[in-house]
Parts: sequence; structure tokens; C-alpha cells
Amino acid sequence: MVAAVKDTADRVRSIDVDQYRYGFETLIESEKSPKGLSEDTVRFISAKKNEPAWMLEWRLEAYRRWLTMTEPTWARVNYPKIDYQDIYYYAAPKPKKTLSSIDEIDPEILKTYEKLGIPLREVAILEGVEPPPGGEPSANRKIAVDAVFDSVSVATTFQKELKAAGVIFMPISEAIREHPELVKQYLGSVVPTSDNYFATLNSAVFSDGSFVYVPPGVRCPMELSTYFRINERNTGQFERTLIIADKGSYVSYLEGCTAPQRDENQLHAAVVELVALDDAEIKYSTVQNWYPGNSEGLGGIYNFVTKRGDCLGNHSKISWTQVETGSAITWKYPSCILRGDNSRGEFYSIAISNGHQQVDSGTKMIHFGKNTSSRIISKGIAAGKSQSTYRGLVTAHRKATGARNYTACDSLLIGDKCGAHTVPYVEAKNSSATFEHEATTSKISEDVLFYCTQRGLSQEESVGLVVNGFVKDVLQQLPMEFAVEAQKLISISLEGSVG
Amino acid sequence: MTALLEVKDLKVRVEEREILHGLTLTVNPGEVHAIMGPNGSGKSTLSHVIAGKPGYEVTDGQILFRGEDLLEMEPDERAAKGVFLAFQYPVEIPGVTTWNFLHTALNAQRKARGQSQLSSPEFLKKVREVAKSLNIPQDMLKRGVNVGFSGGEKKRNEILQMALFEPAVCILDEMDSGLDIDALRIAADGVNALRSPERAMVVITHYQRLLNYIVPDFVHVMSRGRVVKSGGKDLALELEASGYTQFDDAA
Ligand SMILES: Nc1ncnc2c1ncn2[C@@H]1O[C@H](COP(=O)(O)OP(=O)(O)OP(=O)(O)O)[C@@H](O)[C@H]1O
Ligand SMILES: [Mg+2]
Repeated sequence: MVAAVKDTADRVRSIDVDQYRYGFETLIESEKSPKGLSEDTVRFISAKKNEPAWMLEWRLEAYRRWLTMTEPTWARVNYPKIDYQDIYYYAAPKPKKTLSSIDEIDPEILKTYEKLGIPLREVAILEGVEPPPGGEPSANRKIAVDAVFDSVSVATTFQKELKAAGVIFMPISEAIREHPELVKQYLGSVVPTSDNYFATLNSAVFSDGSFVYVPPGVRCPMELSTYFRINERNTGQFERTLIIADKGSYVSYLEGCTAPQRDENQLHAAVVELVALDDAEIKYSTVQNWYPGNSEGLGGIYNFVTKRGDCLGNHSKISWTQVETGSAITWKYPSCILRGDNSRGEFYSIAISNGHQQVDSGTKMIHFGKNTSSRIISKGIAAGKSQSTYRGLVTAHRKATGARNYTACDSLLIGDKCGAHTVPYVEAKNSSATFEHEATTSKISEDVLFYCTQRGLSQEESVGLVVNGFVKDVLQQLPMEFAVEAQKLISISLEGSVG
Repeated sequence: MTALLEVKDLKVRVEEREILHGLTLTVNPGEVHAIMGPNGSGKSTLSHVIAGKPGYEVTDGQILFRGEDLLEMEPDERAAKGVFLAFQYPVEIPGVTTWNFLHTALNAQRKARGQSQLSSPEFLKKVREVAKSLNIPQDMLKRGVNVGFSGGEKKRNEILQMALFEPAVCILDEMDSGLDIDALRIAADGVNALRSPERAMVVITHYQRLLNYIVPDFVHVMSRGRVVKSGGKDLALELEASGYTQFDDAA
């Protein structure tokens, strides 16, 4: 922990304010769909993926539905109107030939992931990483990575080992062809094609993403991870992730995202669906660091994401942990539908905004089953001129007797030009539900900063330390290697926020 | 010999109001100075300005540390040079364990001084020894900085830090307030153990009692933003008998 904090501080010093460290661009040839959105675009994407007819139909239906919908305006975010005809909906690195192993991936792409610190080679990668507070030191832990570059998945590592365990982990485009029965059964079962404007758009044009199936009774032998990278200009990224944990299984899944630094805004509208059957558990962690725009508020990713988990089985559990530091605009509410009796949903969130970033994020916990429980811990940190809103919904339906929720929303303000807002909705349709809600808003006080600097810490180290203390409960929920990365990110995203 | 700390004719304003009206104080290595004076006379203000707390406007005068202009330095630079302030009201930092805070701070100071970084085991060994000598239980180190500490524990934590950082000038702002008799003796022993020919102490207190344990070389009386009288340790006894009213006219 200490070394990590130190390291964080060193990094902060070594990086100029306003410099996004993932902001480089990879120069590779790519293949794009024609600009704009029409039935032809949808057909183009489906054809590129060699999809079966049912999949094309599914997409077209979503597209037609989308045409009748309007963009939502209820979130506390402001942005100029998006021109959906001015976006490329599909971009893929031009393949030199069909790939049969990682060694055949375009070396430029491999280099990109190396620069990002994402290992695509099949090696144990975790040596020398210090455990997070309270974490166990890692002994030969491995992470299987699926890397999505613009619209396509370029590499999925550790395939063999996973196959031996019976775990399916592959690009969703492949799963549509190879496991149509599973995809047909679950795709759109948690987030229906008609769910919301951005999810419907995604259903029409999603190009790739990850698919995971963990068979009954299997504990996935390694962390699964997807790394999303937007590279192309004027390109939207619409990935789709579907994770199914069959009875009594367990899987931990990590997701990371970065993008080059560009003056224009780029649209990212992903859909993630999780399904947990009886006694299954899914742990889904995100470190989102899309380009946030520059200090004048120019550029940055518009992140409109629909993530939802279905605790379909009894005693199932889904937990979302997110560290949101990037994006110009974040619109994101990872949610749990607690259908099975005794199922449990968790949401742990750190949302950091600086500069001109706008975050409207939170969760929904929908209690249907008996004795279902949920827990929400949200830590919002706003600095600069940013605005951060927690928006949450907790409901217990008539049959959800004994439902329990605990919500704690804490906001920390740095400086006086930013804002934090809490919008909790609570609705209990039966009297046996118990909902607890706590909310605090605080500032990093002059006195605390002076105390830290009097002990020898610089202003930025002091802010980093106080913030890391503030988010500790949530950081502890992350798998250790992500916790370390997240801790660094937090300090980097807050640099220049004091003084 | 250059003085360790020299405050020369210092005038300080807070929010348009002058609080220190030309204060002079010279502290040489090895000396212990006590500063006494009624509530609101500017004692904490002086300690804050020496340590570099933002929000104070120095309108005149100088503060030199080993001949260097302290007012030009950031608070963390002053700390690394060896200026330590034990706060009258230590703050709480939730979620940051005391030992992590101390380790991070100590290494930051060491780095600024060009010294090697202490690894976790090295640091733990050191902090345990210091804690033991001050009768501070180990699990205080695992708790959030000052979070839920009693008033006395907070003060002991300040002394612990002082012992750990081994500063050149220690300013103790009412370290005796909130300490029971036993804790006071232990804390004072800790302070006395740090007395050395190179190190100086400035002890701010309202009570002569503390000065029985930490025997000062000089006692200064502050009133309304000035030092109005200086003398040897007997001055404190005199004050105890007669109070501060005699200085009201002088201010
Ligand atoms: N931030 C501030 N704004 C306004 N006035 C202040 C501020 N800080 C200090 N003062 C005033 O300056 C004067 C000196 O305060 P200071 O805290 O230095 O006194 P002190 O000698 O330490 O008192 P005590 O013995 O009660 O601790 C007081 O009148 C106080 O109200
Ligand atoms: Mg005081």
C-alpha cells in the first residue's frame, strides 16, 4: 500500500497536468463501414461477422425500434446533439491474413497493448505487484485477456487452459457462430433490445465484445479480462458482453478501457449482460479510463453504457465494482435484478471527475425474490469544474418479502467550482423490506491538507492520500492488480486539482 | 553561531485583521523555550506561520531557519528541513492507517533530504520501537489517522510523530491539554528524550505544571500579538501566582 501510494505520487509528479497517458494513436490500416447508420450499415456489420440470419434479424428489429425512440434527457449531463450519421459504426484493423495464433497479430497492435500494460502473451503477469490494502499476495495468478481494438476482438489468451476447465471465453462474434443456442437463449434476456435508446442502438450495430460461459460447478481458474481500446477517428464503439454463470459456478471478470486523445467527441455505447443461475456468483470489475477531454473541455469519450445483471437463480450473487476516472460524459448504471430467492446484488463505485467531466452514474437494485439483499457503496469525488451525480433506484416488489438494502453514498469535493449531487429513489411495495440509506458530502479541508504537508507530503501527495483513504472500502473490492492500477489512476486523474 | 530559528519583527494579518504586531523570538540549538499567554494572544498563529499554514498574510518581518528564509518555502519543504509542529487540534484522516501515513510522510521527508527510502519492514521496526518508548499500543498504528482517538491519544500520536521524524525544531502547541497526569509524564519524558544539543523546542502552554516536566531555558509571555516579557524558568512560577492581567497595559 505504502509503496503504491508513493509510486502514485511519483507518477503524478512525472506527468504534466492535462496529459492523458493513454492518449497515443496507433497507425494501422483499417477497414471501415460506410459512414452513418442505415439498414445497410447493420447488414454490412452482420455480413462482416458472417452472422447467421437470425442474428441479422435480431439486429434489424433493434434498428427499426431505435428509429422510433428519442435520446434520453433526464440525466444531469449536457452535451451538444450527437449526429448519428456522422459516425463510423464499424472499424477493424485490416487483417494481413487469417490469424491462427497471437504471434500473427499485427505487431503494431501488440505494441499498443504493451504500451497500455496489457499482456496479450500467455505469461503469468503478476509478479512483483504489491497487494492492495488487505489483499493477499499473488502466487502465480493469471489473467486471460480478450482485447477489443475498435470494433473487433484481436486476441483472446489462455484459450486452452480455459477450455480444459470447460469455460467458454471468446469474442461474442465467434460465440454467435459456435454457440448459437446459448447466445439465442441469453442475448437480450437481461437488457432487451427495446430497453433504452443507447442499448437499442448497441443491439443494432454492436460489432464485438466478449462472451463467457462457466459450466455448472466450475470455479473459473483465472480472472477473465477484456481490454477495450478505441483507436479510429470518428468511430463509435459498441461492444456487447454476455456472461453466463451456470449453477454453482464462479467467475471474476475485469474490464479496462482507454482511447487516444482527440479533439472530437467519440461515442461509446456498450451493453453488458450478466446471468447468474442457482448458487452462481459473478464479480464484474471495471476500471474505466476513456479519454476525458482536455482542460478546456474539448474532446473526450461519451460513455453511455447499459450494464445489468440478472440474479436468476436462488442464492445467486452479482457484484459490480467500478472505478470511473475517464470519459467526458458518463451515463452508466450497472444494476442487478434480484429474481432468485436469497440472491444478492452489490455495487461498489468510485467515480472521479475533474476538469469539465460530467458523471451521472449509480445503480438499480430491483428486488423480486424473497430474502434478497443488496448493498450499494458509492464514492463520488469531484474536482475542477466537474459535476458528479449519484442516481440510484432500490425497489422491492410485493413478493420480495424480507428484502434488504444498505446504501451509502459519500461525496468528496475538491475546490469550489465542482458539484456533487445525490438522487436516490426508493420504493418498497411490501412492509417487510428494510432499506437503509446514508449520504455524506465533504470537502478536503485546508486543515487536513496543512496537517499532511506539515508532515512532509506535497499538496498533491496529500490529496492523493486523503482520496485513497476515502475510497478504501471500494478499492478493497477490486482484484488486487486492478486495485493497484486504480489507485494510480485516481491520483493521476486528480492532479492539478489543488493549489 | 547562526540561530536555529529567528523570528524578526513579525507582523501577520488574518482576514484583514492584524494578529501578530511585530514579534521577535530567537531560538538557538539545544534550547527549550516556553511560550505562555492568555487565550487569543496569538500563540497558535505564530506556530502556524512558522510551519507555513496558508491563509496568513505576513505583512512585515522575517522568519529564518538556519539563516534561510523560511517564508519562501512550502510547508512540506519546511518539514523536510526539520520544522515540526505538534498541533493543538490534530485532524482526522479516515481510511488512511496511521502507520501508512507515517511511513509515507517519513519517506517523503527522507526523499526531499536525499536520504534512502525505508522499506515497510525497516519502517515497522522503527515505528514499533518509538511507539513502545512512548507507551503507545500497537493497534493505534493500524487505525485511521486520529480517527476515533481520544483527546489524549491524539496528543500522544503527535509526540510519536515528533519522535519518529527527529526534527530540528519542535513546536508543541498545548501538548498538555487533554492529557491525564500519567500520560503527561510519559509524553514529557518522550519530549525530554529528544532534547539534544542540536535540537530546539518551543513549548506553548497555559500551565506551569508542564514546565516542571519539561524544564525550559527561557520563558516568554505573549499578549495581544507581541512578546511582552521574557525571562528564565522562574517567570512561569511568577505567572502562575499573578496571572496575565499585569501585561494588559503593556499591549
Ligand atoms: N482564521 C482566522 N480568522 C479570524 N481570526 C483568527 C483566525 N485565526 C486566528 N484568529 C484570531 O487571532 C487571535 C489569536 O488566535 P490564536 O489561535 O493564535 O490564539 P492562541 O494564543 O493560540 O489562543 P489559545 O490559548 O486559546 O489557543 C484570536 O483572536 C483569534 O480569534
Ligand atoms: Mg492556541
